[in-house]
Amino acid sequence: MAGFQYFPHTDNDIRAMLDRIGVNSLDDLYADVPKDCLYKGEYDLPEAMTEQQVRDFFEGLAAKNPKLKVFAGAGAYDHYTPAVIPYITQRSEFITAYTPYQCEISQGTLRYIFEYQSMICTLTGMDVSNASMYDGPTAAAESMRMMVAQAKKKNTVLVSDTLLPQVRGVIATYAKYAGITIKSISAENGQTSKKALEALIAEGDVAGAIVPSVNRFGIIENLEGMADALHADKAMLTVYCDPSALAVVKTPAEWGADVAVGDGQPLGIPLCYGGPYVGFMACTKDHMRKLPGRIVGETRDKEGRRAFVLTLQAREQHIRREKATSNICSNESLMALWVTVYLSLMGPEGMKQVNDLCYQRSHYLYKKLLETGKFEPVFDAPFLKEFVLKPLVPAAELQKKLADAGFFGALETEEGYVSFCVTEKRSYEDIDELVKAL
Amino acid sequence: MSKIVEGLKYSETHEWVKVEGDIAVIGVTDFAQKEMGEITYVDCPDVDDEVEKGSEFGALESVKAASDLFSPVSGTVTEVNEDVVDDPKLVNEDAFANWIIKVQMSDASELDGLMDAAAYKAFIKE
Amino acid sequence: MKYYDKLIFELSKQGRVGYSLPETCSKCKGIEAIPASLLRSKAPELPEVSEVDVVRHYTNLSQMNFGVDTGFYPLGSCTMKYNPKINEEIAAMPAFAGLHPLQKELKGVDAVYEGMDKALAAITGMKHFTFKPCAGAHGELTGLMIIREYHLSRGDFKRTRIIVPDSAHGTNPASAAVCGLDVVVVKSNANGLVDVEELKPLLDDTIAGIMMTNPNTLGLFEKDIRQIADLVHAAGGLLYYDGANMNPLIGTVRPGDMGFDVMHLNLHKSFSTPHGGGGPGSGPVGVCEKLVPFLGVNVSGFNGNFGVILRAYAYILMLGRENVKLCGKLATLGANYIKESLKDCYKLPIESVCKHEFVFDGLINDGACEGKEGAATLDVAKRLLDFGFHAPTIYFPLLFHQAIMIEPTETESKETLDEFIEVMRKIAAEAAQDPDILHGAPHNTPISRPDETTAARNPILKIQDECAC
Repeated sequence: MAGFQYFPHTDNDIRAMLDRIGVNSLDDLYADVPKDCLYKGEYDLPEAMTEQQVRDFFEGLAAKNPKLKVFAGAGAYDHYTPAVIPYITQRSEFITAYTPYQCEISQGTLRYIFEYQSMICTLTGMDVSNASMYDGPTAAAESMRMMVAQAKKKNTVLVSDTLLPQVRGVIATYAKYAGITIKSISAENGQTSKKALEALIAEGDVAGAIVPSVNRFGIIENLEGMADALHADKAMLTVYCDPSALAVVKTPAEWGADVAVGDGQPLGIPLCYGGPYVGFMACTKDHMRKLPGRIVGETRDKEGRRAFVLTLQAREQHIRREKATSNICSNESLMALWVTVYLSLMGPEGMKQVNDLCYQRSHYLYKKLLETGKFEPVFDAPFLKEFVLKPLVPAAELQKKLADAGFFGALETEEGYVSFCVTEKRSYEDIDELVKAL
Repeated sequence: MSKIVEGLKYSETHEWVKVEGDIAVIGVTDFAQKEMGEITYVDCPDVDDEVEKGSEFGALESVKAASDLFSPVSGTVTEVNEDVVDDPKLVNEDAFANWIIKVQMSDASELDGLMDAAAYKAFIKE
Repeated sequence: MKYYDKLIFELSKQGRVGYSLPETCSKCKGIEAIPASLLRSKAPELPEVSEVDVVRHYTNLSQMNFGVDTGFYPLGSCTMKYNPKINEEIAAMPAFAGLHPLQKELKGVDAVYEGMDKALAAITGMKHFTFKPCAGAHGELTGLMIIREYHLSRGDFKRTRIIVPDSAHGTNPASAAVCGLDVVVVKSNANGLVDVEELKPLLDDTIAGIMMTNPNTLGLFEKDIRQIADLVHAAGGLLYYDGANMNPLIGTVRPGDMGFDVMHLNLHKSFSTPHGGGGPGSGPVGVCEKLVPFLGVNVSGFNGNFGVILRAYAYILMLGRENVKLCGKLATLGANYIKESLKDCYKLPIESVCKHEFVFDGLINDGACEGKEGAATLDVAKRLLDFGFHAPTIYFPLLFHQAIMIEPTETESKETLDEFIEVMRKIAAEAAQDPDILHGAPHNTPISRPDETTAARNPILKIQDECAC
């Protein structure tokens, strides 16, 4: 047998192990498998590559993708990734570790998750955060399930039209199979309409509502009175947020929300064609025991030392099975570490500066685009780093011009607007060049 | 040896019932709390919730397990013992002294289907 | 491992800076231009630390962690195989990392998804895959949605129940519940396999299908699988394959050939992508021909965990058609070797040949005597930590009360296995002599036997909860 670097067994090793077991060949270990189940053919896979061939192969694929400067958001934001982060997350003891069920040899993982939970709580204003979820959209779907479970007899969840399409899409998928009714809250002037929300509550059967903090038009929403309207009907409010923006905008807690969800990707996680990202979910104290996902807690060990453990496990699938708060098992732990390190490096000052930079640069682009005469304003509401405009030329044409000049932007919304996003990574020179290219 | 209190009714799922007029005071037996080990949380229904005989109304949670609580009678929850919610180890300390919920019974004849102390004592010997 | 007791917040000092950002424009308005009613009243309580603080802190935290790169994880049902480093290099390539998920016509990306689709189809016998699910449980949910959608498309609204073996992993019934399906449990027989006679009466027109893993959670091959498949199909149901136990089948058996209609794979198990302390994973779902129209089920925001998919693809290309044939067999070899070497110290409830994993039901001699409690499975697990091994999976499956599930994977050398066997024998001897040695374990780790009861009764779940006492 030719050697392979991931199989340490020599022929002698195999012989010795087979002898201990008392069989003659490896195939004997599959003697209990019915003949019609064993696959005897060739596998339609390429010949094994050497490491160098693998490198060349992927470099070839990478070269086929255009390298564009990103001026789009729509749920994935090109913020700067400090050099320290991958250096830490690539440490063997973090990346090759298993879930911290054996807490005595997993204090590293447990401590960074505790730090992560603390940071999510301070960003959202909530009392409890879990250890992460797959992404923002699935976290939103889980909040929908949580609100319906709390409401006992009520089965409708209201979902704002101004949430990103992929968030609404995943919520709808989970709702369909759970038999939950979804009703859309219409928008007014680019924001969730409070009047529409109240009218829907009056229709009855509402367990809760999911509305964005900064919406898909980039607008910072005014959620005044929404929590009260829902609470008066014994319903809950979930706010979907951009955690980077949360460093400056009003928190879900300040709006009176019960649950805060979103995606941690804007906290320095590379775009990476959509994943891995990290969903977060946090809630008020009242709902702590119904929060899905893993949770890390602090305690003392038998010597009195500060120690961290997975706690409140009785909610989870390995104990509660079909009665669990969710089916989630693996989450996005390493990405939680990623954002924890990011937030540690940035601190409150760095986060404010990121938002100031985004605000200034996006408003500069906004002004310059309007000056070209090819766009008209749509909404008159405060935005942070993302905005929409009405294009006076076809969006496809704009996208092509941008792509040819090395930019990615002018994404089309359902309404036919185009959206742009400017982060601290885009310089004023980049912006001027983009405008020129149009 | 599990403690058993005379004068109470018992279910096969280890709940006890103390009848006070048309109110059923419900808790779990000493046997149940021993089986559970250290109770970390008692998941209770809300006041005014409806319960059904034989249906689950909550759960006892420990670090590594969860055990459903089944209502021995049907009716409406009138009171939930907040002490037990705040301090679940009370149930471990004295399962009979620390009730969990009180239910206004909709059909008192359901009590006839429950065991008395002697029958329960024989039941847990299994 | 050295005990390091800090949290990043404790290193904070006002004015410390850990970031490097361009200056803001002094002439332009910033956040202050936004109406105050839309801004938060107080800045978030994040630490102010220097880059050095951050690096030292997380480096020290990492020293309290065990990983596959540190040592052996005999964790049943987890397939903790070696994580190749070329995969990390590929996943970090800037040309992939910089791609926005909504970019279109990326030939270099489409080739990855197409290549993976083809490779996974070849290995599993399924027709096509969706790569949107982000983890195994997420894949299970997706697969169940596909099953439901199939029945609904045929106008069959009665099939709202799914059969799950009593040996199943907790995610199976949990996923069923999230998908709106009621769970019907089928009992295992004395040999630990699905009892076909118990299954037959359960099959009616309310059954959407059955979820199984093969080998099952005891590491035993479900020999009756073809008969089970025929019975379920005849009753109008579909078969779901839980790919968590795929490792021994790589290169030997294809779920599609056994009659499964839909399945998920855990790329972070059989396909070598790192566990990351609990994710990110990836749970692609594959289906047979007739279910291909239902693959578009929308379960995650963008395109799945592309960074994880890249890693798995690199691994498959390194394996190639030659090495794929040995993967499952070598994993099975290791498991049987350990089983045969320890069955005189640990109770082996089921004697037959296993596949990639097997279950012991506790110690044969737990040292219980007058006034002393015997050593339980938990104590064995904790004592193993003292010897530089991660513990096996314990107390699962639920069929055996002192379950110890061991899975060695094909990337462990005979020397590692021999070392593990020797330590397990030593621990068994310790237990027989004086179980208190195990009761007090671990002795050599940064912390030992934390108070999990208090952690659950009085939860402290964030730094701000500390010193609330």
